[in-house]
Amino acid sequence: MDSKVISLVVNGQHFEKEVETRHSLGDFLRNDLGLTGTHYGCEHGVCGACTVLVDGCSVRSCLMLAVQSDKTAVTTIEGLANEDGSLSELQLAFRECHSLQCGFCTPGMLTTLTELLRENMNPTEAEVRERINGNLCRCTGYQPIIDAALLAASRLLDKHRAAVTAPRS
Amino acid sequence: MKPAQFKYHLPSTLDEALELLGTLENAKILAGGQSLLPMMNFRFVMPDHLIDLNMVSELQCIEVNPVSIRIGAMTRQHAIHVSPIVRQFTPLVVEAYDNVSHRQIRNRGTYGGSLCHLDPSSEQPCFTAALDGVIVVASRRGNREIPIAEWAAMYMTPSIETDELMTGVRLAIWPPGHGWCFEEYARRHGDYAIVGVAVLVLLNEARHIKRLSVAICGIDAAPVRLTRAEEELVGHEAGDEAINRICEITKTIENVMEDAHHSADYRRHLMQVLTGRAMRKAFDRAIPGGF
Repeated sequence: MDSKVISLVVNGQHFEKEVETRHSLGDFLRNDLGLTGTHYGCEHGVCGACTVLVDGCSVRSCLMLAVQSDKTAVTTIEGLANEDGSLSELQLAFRECHSLQCGFCTPGMLTTLTELLRENMNPTEAEVRERINGNLCRCTGYQPIIDAALLAASRLLDKHRAAVTAPRS
Repeated sequence: MKPAQFKYHLPSTLDEALELLGTLENAKILAGGQSLLPMMNFRFVMPDHLIDLNMVSELQCIEVNPVSIRIGAMTRQHAIHVSPIVRQFTPLVVEAYDNVSHRQIRNRGTYGGSLCHLDPSSEQPCFTAALDGVIVVASRRGNREIPIAEWAAMYMTPSIETDELMTGVRLAIWPPGHGWCFEEYARRHGDYAIVGVAVLVLLNEARHIKRLSVAICGIDAAPVRLTRAEEELVGHEAGDEAINRICEITKTIENVMEDAHHSADYRRHLMQVLTGRAMRKAFDRAIPGGF
């Protein structure tokens, strides 16, 4: 068995663990760290459910080896909420818009859209649709997910505008 | 759905990687992993050694000189897609990447990995063919250059030895004012093209074709360049007649591939429709006489 010790930060917490080199990042997160919020659907890069953020970039955790996450910072769905535990704007919008039913695709949708909203606080509907074209959902028909992304974006933009126009004390 | 056992190697320089590749038996190169890892998960591929190039930083670059743009084999597809240099000098590449897979895949996937995987429906060998790409491969024995026309040995197999690895590609830069277009049809945005067409065109002041390049993917193991049509149409006016003529020529292409979903006839039909659309858009974008 070929293994290697890796050192990484997951959701703000530092880990140093020995991993078998043939294990994927998703298997490592689920089996070694117990972070089962990352879902495994197809395991060959088609469904998008296993998407996590590695150094801020969305990646399929089934198509990246755990050893390749050495010296990176990984964010999973367990790390998307605010520091005080309250839900992020995107998560709140998902709840309001009924953007999930069975919830299987949700971790991948949230991580993918989190990356989008960090890059672009004012996306068009077409840009949201384009961004989630690699994530399959069999419950919602996608429209409520798109609605939630646009709602969260508009609230984040309002907050941002309020922050930059607020009088300095 | 888990890869079989292998020994993992993480070289930090190209020389180190070439040494490993030249000495290890049944070794496979890991680039972005977006095609290799699924095949390993399915155990279609079971290497004894996996040589990961992700720490070889010298293979990640986008450089430009007056005649060509050089892209390192390990450059991420997303980095190429958003590169201002690529947009300025080879806008065709950006439009092709609009159709390549999904953001999560482009964040990891590499240009070199895709050219070595050589899926017949992939957009990346297609734009490489349109831009007369020259692929540079290295081994302990030295470097050699392979024009894209000679790159495919057979279906999904580049003409590269087991001790060689691809280090980068040089793409020809067309003069400012050239027209370009990449058109494809796929069942879902981001899927591999059923058929895709890349067009580059240069027009003179009278809107006559000075130079033309047309490459098509999804019809054969390697992208097909319409060299006969490209030569024939030089001097013709950029209009419907030229478009009709090139669509006629696409009808003469023999041995169009087919599979359970898409017949050869359907691919031939798509090829004509998409070539017409791509030609028209490239004509519209071209500035007669250049800058």
